[in-house]
Amino acid sequence: MIATLLPLLLLLPLGGALVNAIVAVRTSGPEGPGSRHHPVPTWVGPGVILAAFGVALALFGRMRIGGAAPVVVSLGSWMPVAGLSLDWSLQLDALSMLMVLVITGVGSLIHVYSVGYMREDPGYARYFAYLNLFVAFMLLLVLGASYPVLFVGWEGVGLASYLLIGFWYRDLANAEAGRTAFIVNRIGDAAFLVAMFLLWTSTRHLDFLGAHAAVPAMAGTGTVFLIACCLFIGCAGKSAQLPLYLWLPDAMAGPTPVSALIHAATMVTAGVYLVARAAPVFAAAPEASLLVASVGALTALFAATVALRQWDIKKVLAYSTVSQLGYMFIAVGSGAYVAGVFHLVTHAFFKALLFLGAGSVIHAVHHAYHHTHRDGDPQDLRNMGGLAGRMPMTAVAMGVATLAIAGLPPFAGFFSKDAILAAVVTAGSGSSLADATLLGIPGGTILRAVYGVGMLTALLTAVYMTRLMMLAFFGTNRTGTEEMAALHEAPWVMTAPVLVLGLLALGGGWLNLPALLPWGPTGALDRWLAPVVGESARRLVGDAHLTHAMEWQLLGGAVAVAVIGVAIGIWSNRRPMADASSSTPDTSLLARAYGIDGLVRRTIVGPVGFMADRIMGGVVDHGIRTGFVSGGTLLVRLATALGVRLQNGDVGTYAALLTAGALALLLAMVAG
Amino acid sequence: MITESLVVSAILFVIGVLGVLTRRNALILFMCAELMLNAVNLSFVAFARLHNVTGEVFVVMVMTIAAAEAAVGLAIIIALFRHLGSVDLSSLRSLRG
Amino acid sequence: MTGALAFQFYFFALLAIVSAVLFVTRRNPVPAALWLVNVMFALAGLYVLLEAPFVGVIQVLVYAGAIMVVFIFVVMLLNLGRSAVSDLRGLAARASAGLVSLALLAALLVVRRPALPELPAREPTDNVVTPVAASLFTEHLVAFELTSLVLLVAVVGAVLLAKRREAA
Repeated sequence: MIATLLPLLLLLPLGGALVNAIVAVRTSGPEGPGSRHHPVPTWVGPGVILAAFGVALALFGRMRIGGAAPVVVSLGSWMPVAGLSLDWSLQLDALSMLMVLVITGVGSLIHVYSVGYMREDPGYARYFAYLNLFVAFMLLLVLGASYPVLFVGWEGVGLASYLLIGFWYRDLANAEAGRTAFIVNRIGDAAFLVAMFLLWTSTRHLDFLGAHAAVPAMAGTGTVFLIACCLFIGCAGKSAQLPLYLWLPDAMAGPTPVSALIHAATMVTAGVYLVARAAPVFAAAPEASLLVASVGALTALFAATVALRQWDIKKVLAYSTVSQLGYMFIAVGSGAYVAGVFHLVTHAFFKALLFLGAGSVIHAVHHAYHHTHRDGDPQDLRNMGGLAGRMPMTAVAMGVATLAIAGLPPFAGFFSKDAILAAVVTAGSGSSLADATLLGIPGGTILRAVYGVGMLTALLTAVYMTRLMMLAFFGTNRTGTEEMAALHEAPWVMTAPVLVLGLLALGGGWLNLPALLPWGPTGALDRWLAPVVGESARRLVGDAHLTHAMEWQLLGGAVAVAVIGVAIGIWSNRRPMADASSSTPDTSLLARAYGIDGLVRRTIVGPVGFMADRIMGGVVDHGIRTGFVSGGTLLVRLATALGVRLQNGDVGTYAALLTAGALALLLAMVAG
Repeated sequence: MITESLVVSAILFVIGVLGVLTRRNALILFMCAELMLNAVNLSFVAFARLHNVTGEVFVVMVMTIAAAEAAVGLAIIIALFRHLGSVDLSSLRSLRG
Repeated sequence: MTGALAFQFYFFALLAIVSAVLFVTRRNPVPAALWLVNVMFALAGLYVLLEAPFVGVIQVLVYAGAIMVVFIFVVMLLNLGRSAVSDLRGLAARASAGLVSLALLAALLVVRRPALPELPAREPTDNVVTPVAASLFTEHLVAFELTSLVLLVAVVGAVLLAKRREAA
């Protein structure tokens, strides 16, 4: 049954994409209304994803009964080349099953939300075509049974991301944001390819089962370290870690549900999934794991500081995503693959919720301005305030998500974040990670520093998220008294998914309660994922354990940090402020994200563009073009000039040529 | 005698080729072609002596065809002469490409 | 080759070659034609020496006696005479012609490298026509019939080509 259901998972969203694309093409035209309100995408778009979720549940049920051994289903041969026989194979195991559930579950909620959000857009059908395509590729990514198949999905989601970021492409800024995303991703992809090449030359395997069986034998070698580093560079590109994070804030140019699905819940988590999937590789190279954890920590802190001073609600959430992804990498870098994946799941719940809620808010403010024909930025926090009274359900849901991301119990984020930090401390002493050294610094020291950074970031997270809630929903309203009257809760089709996600953000922690709190099923996720990542985790961390006392201390510390952060957030944003148009533009370092964007533009983009234009465009392109084309014509002219002399109309010449030819034939016969 | 005959045949043939390539007068050109045919006939007869009588039969065929060719060729030359006023082949250049 | 035979052979052979050379170098078509006739006579002699007397006779009767007569007839008809200007082609043509001919001769002479088999002995016989006729009318009957067709076509063609155009 798995063999038949698994391809269905891919075919459903692909089919949806095709149908929606056909509708999009047929309703397109220069002056037409486009596909606004078109019934087909409304039902097909979310429908196929909901159906896929149903299939996922069926598969999940099967796995629960039949055991979680990996099942590989081949869909046909791809590269039967010398020594390599690669198939289009899908692998269903505990890890991929979990990812599929998250993708189709959260994905279907976001699709339903999009029906409301994108109703008025002439590109309605095109939107759903792209979104379904994205889900198809994301599923291929997590279900791939080998690195190349995963890579196809990897590239595919990059493409879908590009298409969706630049969805409103008529505005050049949006198109450029899409292009930036694609190009930065490409850098990571190049490293990914190198990793695959190295893996092939060293193990002669590219499928997960085969390669990961061969990798432990290479533990500690430079090759496996290099493979792990190259894989991580790929992850850094896809999951927006330093220094390849630049594209994610720009990606907010796309529609908000896109930001929710792609840039919060799924695509950006592909990097984390890859590290978990390639756990044996990282376990065989502890130095690389330390690098992953360090980069994750630095990114988390960096992004959290920038989020403190962002005025665009989506930008706050974008930097928050970068920061939380950093947390996930801290986890998988410390050998706590389960904790990382746990955080991935809870983050998907509350970040998607936050984005969708923000979308509802933006939607409402936009309509309010539209109503009064004023011109204001509906995404600027300075134009909001006091919305809790007008949009209570959204406010409550977003409040839940804020508390979850801040890490307050009993919300989901608390459990996952605590699991990560506890894992870092556990690995900090007496493990092979702690014994390894990165750039001369012992692993134990690095991990302790990572813990400190993690705690600081948790504090900042609580602060900036509370700030967002305060500025948007509480205090005095800055949108305008007339506009306030027009503000209202979003339609049900948008609010319902938000509420569902709110429940998940509330109760998601049950997935993996720590053994410390015996109030329910503890360690469910630990047990579920053990067959996939357990071995690698043990290799890195050994059987180190924290004492119960230590665990309670860490728990208390985490709660304290969260509470303090929320308090600071409330206290520092209690005074009323001016709206966006009356405020002076914020040019502080944090608001400009340390000016890195401009720096990159001057130092990298500028010179590369110059080189492309002058050298490749001018010299190479022009030179080769004139060379070949004019040279070619010259050659032909020469040949013709010579050839024409043969046809002088004189019988004698022809006779002579005839004789010469006959002679040549004769000689050929004699010689041959 | 056979080899000597073949040598003679070769020499006569080449003399004919030389004539064809160097003369401009159409009639002489044509007669050089006849010389080439005769040289070939000598070869055939030599080989007929060596093998079987088919060589002689072929000589008869060649002669017949030579006669037909002569008839038609000369008719063409006459028509050419009427048209051009001379039989100089180098003055025929209308097919110049 | 025995003495007498060799003398006869070389006599006719030389006669043929010398006549051919003289033929090719005449400016006036009439003497050229006559030298060609001489070549054909010499060749007829060679045919007889090669024990193909029938072909030799046919050569004289048909080739020298009919075809060359037609040639000379046309020459007379066109009243060409000795042309004022040499009708030899330019220097370039002559040089290349010479080269090609030399190469051709060399090639032809080289071709006969494989040794020829022994000459089979033949009984002298008066029955010279029968073998030719037998082969011609049985084995090569179709070719024979076709040549008669060719001759017909040639005659018709020649008449058509040489006809004076009627005034339209």
